[in-house]
Amino acid sequence: MKFIYIFLIISVILNFNFLKADEIKTENKIAKNLRCLICQGQSVYDSDSEFAISLKLMIKNKIQQGMSEQQIYSFLKMKYGEWILYDPVFNRNTYFLWLLPILIFLAGGAIIIKRFYNKK
Amino acid sequence: MKSKLLPLILVLTFLIIFVIFFKSLKSSNIYTPNTTLEKKIPSFDLKSFENNSIIISEKIFKDNEYYFMNIWASWCIPCKEEHKFLMELKKGGKIKLIGLNYKDNFKNASNFLKDLGNPYNIIVSDNDGTGSIEWGAYGVPESFLVYQNKIIKRFIGPISNEDLLEIQKIIK
Repeated sequence: MKFIYIFLIISVILNFNFLKADEIKTENKIAKNLRCLICQGQSVYDSDSEFAISLKLMIKNKIQQGMSEQQIYSFLKMKYGEWILYDPVFNRNTYFLWLLPILIFLAGGAIIIKRFYNKK
Repeated sequence: MKSKLLPLILVLTFLIIFVIFFKSLKSSNIYTPNTTLEKKIPSFDLKSFENNSIIISEKIFKDNEYYFMNIWASWCIPCKEEHKFLMELKKGGKIKLIGLNYKDNFKNASNFLKDLGNPYNIIVSDNDGTGSIEWGAYGVPESFLVYQNKIIKRFIGPISNEDLLEIQKIIK
């Protein structure tokens, strides 16, 4: 009986730790995907400015409140605008940005295929 | 045919690159935040500055009055600069000033108010900075002009004499 108790307690502690580790992982992931608005060229994760410290704390609180990653992103987008997200959203301003690599890839492929058939 | 096409493509590529770089060299790369983002004021519950009671935002902001929400700290030098304008704003009496004390220590903050005067009707303290994130603030000082639970104007950085005149014009 005693053995089972100890086993249970240990498993609970271990599970708790796993949960925490997961939270920290998502916390860091979110912070890495956010642009620190007052320090150019740094993510919130990298920065130690007052703004970034508060933001990291807020992400932690929101996760503990049960908000998902996407919800946190949209919350911050509402507060600070799209610029805070490192991943640019697909819209009228970013068509060129998103489609250019695909176009270049297709053009390159076309050139290669053309050469290949010409040689034959 | 081939020998004609190649230089053309090269020239075109360089031209495109030149135009892109020329344009982006001239454009400013300093981010200016969009000041007309969210209109509705966020709700918050923060600790009062004077004692440890909790202040709820719904109890502060009433519909038919103007409020000036100012984020400040005693360690912030530009806050000292704008303080005289806040005192001036207070003199008019037509607006209520709400201070949000950002990441400050109580002793320094109260000394700051003792030396320069206290323009605020209510002060809440935001020790960890999460309260100002709810407002979409970048740092200190930052101010919001609130009317009917909406942010009508936002001031990033210290307010100037022109800002003061503008506010006084709005609240008349």
